[in-house]
Amino acid sequence: MIVQLFPTCLVNEFHPAAGMAAARVLERLGCTVALPEGLTCCGQPAFNAGFHDEARLVARHTLGVLAQTDGPIIVPSGSCSDMLIHQYLELFEDDAPAADAARQVSARCREFSQFVVERGGVRASMKTPARVAYHPSCHLMRGLGVRRQPLEIISSIGAASVPFDEQEECCGFGGLFSIKNADISASMMDRKLAAIQASGAERLVSCDLGCLLHLEGGLHRRGAAMKVQHLAELVDEALE
Amino acid sequence: MSGPFARRARRALRDQQLHVALDRTTAQLGLRRATGLASLEQADTVRDRARAAKMALLHSLADSLRAFEARLVENGARVHWAETTADANRIIVEIAAKAGVRRVAKSKSMASEETHLNGALERAGITVVETDLGEYIVQLAGDRPSHIIMPIVHMTREQVGRVMERRLAVPYSDDTQTLARYARTRLREEFLQADMGLTGANFGVVENGTICLVTNEGNGRMVTTLPRVHVVLMGIEKLVPTMADLDRFLKLLSRSATGQKLTAYTTLVRGPRRAGDECGADEMHVVLLDNGRSKILAGETAEILGCIRCGACLNACPVYRAVGGHAYGDVYPGPVGSIVTPGIRGLAPFAELPSASSLCGACREVCPVRLDIPRMLLALRHEAVEHTRQPAALRLGLKIFGRVASRPRLYRVGAALMRAMLRSRARNGWIRRAPGLAKQWTRFRDLKAPAAVTFETAWRQRSAAAKRP
Repeated sequence: MIVQLFPTCLVNEFHPAAGMAAARVLERLGCTVALPEGLTCCGQPAFNAGFHDEARLVARHTLGVLAQTDGPIIVPSGSCSDMLIHQYLELFEDDAPAADAARQVSARCREFSQFVVERGGVRASMKTPARVAYHPSCHLMRGLGVRRQPLEIISSIGAASVPFDEQEECCGFGGLFSIKNADISASMMDRKLAAIQASGAERLVSCDLGCLLHLEGGLHRRGAAMKVQHLAELVDEALE
Repeated sequence: MSGPFARRARRALRDQQLHVALDRTTAQLGLRRATGLASLEQADTVRDRARAAKMALLHSLADSLRAFEARLVENGARVHWAETTADANRIIVEIAAKAGVRRVAKSKSMASEETHLNGALERAGITVVETDLGEYIVQLAGDRPSHIIMPIVHMTREQVGRVMERRLAVPYSDDTQTLARYARTRLREEFLQADMGLTGANFGVVENGTICLVTNEGNGRMVTTLPRVHVVLMGIEKLVPTMADLDRFLKLLSRSATGQKLTAYTTLVRGPRRAGDECGADEMHVVLLDNGRSKILAGETAEILGCIRCGACLNACPVYRAVGGHAYGDVYPGPVGSIVTPGIRGLAPFAELPSASSLCGACREVCPVRLDIPRMLLALRHEAVEHTRQPAALRLGLKIFGRVASRPRLYRVGAALMRAMLRSRARNGWIRRAPGLAKQWTRFRDLKAPAAVTFETAWRQRSAAAKRP
C-alpha cells in the first residue's frame, strides 16, 4: 500500500528524526512511503490566530498538493491532522470546489498512531523496558478522539506507560498561545512538568511535536535530563 | 500581549493564595461533575436532547418569548422588557419606588451582576442584601464574584474569616460551619425585613410561565416567598420549552455544576400569591433583559445563548485555573465568558479574551449542552482580526506567513534563512534568547535549534541512496 507522509513543518524544520522514524515504522507495516512534492505547512498558525484569508491561501496550496496523490495521508501530529480533517472543511464552507477537495483529503488523512493501530499494530521481537510518560495532546484526544491507540502501541512494544496527575490537561503549548499568552502558557507548562517529573517516568512521549518542543524546552531550561521523543521514535527504536 | 487581560493575568499568576484557593475547588468540582454525570442514565442522550431543545428554541426565540410573556401575564405577573442594562436597572428602581420598597433581599443572579443592579438600587436610597452565602461574602468584602456558581472561589476560608471578623464584629474563625452560622444569623433578619425579593432565573418554562430557581441554601425560596414584592431579572435566552425539558436541564445543571443529582432546593414560581395560597409575594414582576443577546443571536456565536451557566467549563479550563475569574475583566469568566463578554460589552475592549485559550477543548468536552466553545473562540478571533487592532508584529508575521507558505520554493528559501539565523544563535543545539516574537518563548523555555538537514532533504538523500545499485 502506498501512503503519503505529511511530515509537518515542525518535524521538517526542527526534528526530522521523528519523520524518518515514522517512515520506517510505516515501511515495517508493509507500506510504501511517498513524500508529496511541495508541502509547506497546513496553515494552522494563521487559522488559530483568526487570519482566515492567510490560512486559506496556505490550505488551498496544501489541498492542491495532496489532491494529486493517492492513498492514505499519514500525519505524525494530532494537531495538524485535526486541521486537515476538520478545520479545512470550516475554512472552505462557502467555496464548493475547495470544500469538495477538502472532504476528499479529510477522508484520506490519518494521524500516525491511529493508522498504525488500524493496520493491526506493531509487534516487537524484543521488549523495550522503558517507563514512559505519555502526554495525550489535546487535538489528538479531543479533536480526533484518538485516546487508546498510542497507549496500545506503547504497551505492545513492552514499555510501561506511567500515569501522572491531571494527565489529560493541556500542557500549555497551543501554538501562538505560547507566544501571545506566554505567562499563562508557562504556568500550565510548570504544572505539567512537575506532574511528569513526579511520575518516575524516564521518558516523555507524545504524538505532537509542538507540545514536545514546548515541554522539552522547559525541561532543558530547568536543567532536567529526561528523554523526550515522538511516539514514532519510541516505536522505531523498539523495532530495530 | 500587554492589554488589560494580560496585565490582570500576570498579577493573578503571582498570587499564591489565589492558586491555593482555585486548585482546591476547581479540581474537586471537576471530579464531582464526572461522578455526577456518570450517575445519569443515558447521559449522552439527555445531553443531546437538551441541546436540541435549546437550539430549536433559540431558532425561534421571538415566538417563544411572546408565548412566555402571555403565560406570565395569565399567571398574574407583570412583564417588562429591558433592552439595555440601564433600562433594566431603571425599571427595577421604578418598581421599588412605586411599591415603597426600602430593603431588597437578593438571591444569586448573574444578570443583576451584569447590570450592576446593586449600585443602581443603592443610589436610589434602597438597601440591598445578597442572601446567597458566597455573594453575601462578596458584598461584605466589597469584592466581585469570580466564578459563575462559586462566587468566592478565589478566597480561602481564612480570608473569609477575616472579612466576617471585620464586617460583622464576630470572633475570627476559619471553620466553615462557624462562618456559615455567622451568616445565617444575620441573613434571617434580612429576609424578615425585606420588602422586595430579587432573583434571577435558572430557567423560564415557556409552556406555563414557570420561573425555576435552584439553590443549595434555600435562600431562593425565602426571597420569593417572604417579601411582598418579587422581581425576577432574567436574560431572554433562559427559556426552555416544556416542563419535560426542564426536567432534563435540571438533571444536567446540578450534576455539571456541583455533581449533585438535584440541588437541595428547586423552587418553581408561577405568579404572585393567589387567594388561598399560604405564602408568596403580593406582586410579581419579570424583567426580560436583552443587553446584546439579540445581536449575539444573529452572529457566529449564537450557540453560546444555549449556555445554562453551570460553570463546568470554568473548572475544566486550564487558563481559568491558572488566572481565576477576575482576570477576565467582567461578570462572566472562563471559556463561556470569553464569548459572552465580547457579545454583551462589545469586542474591542475585550478582544484579548478569545485568544486567552490554548484551544484544548476541555470546555467542549464537559459542556452539558455540548457548546462548541473552541469554534466560537476561533470565530471571534477572526472577527477581532477584521475589526480591532492587533499587535503589528503578529499581523505582519502572519501576512508574510500566508504569502510564503503558499509558495513552496519561496517557503524553502525563507525556512532556510530562518534556520540559519536561529542556528547561529544556538549553543549545543539550544537557544536561550530568541529574537522577535520568539523572545516570548525563550522567556520561559529554551528553543531547540532547527535541524541542520531538513526532513525533506534527508528523505531525498535516503531515496537516492536506495536507488543506487
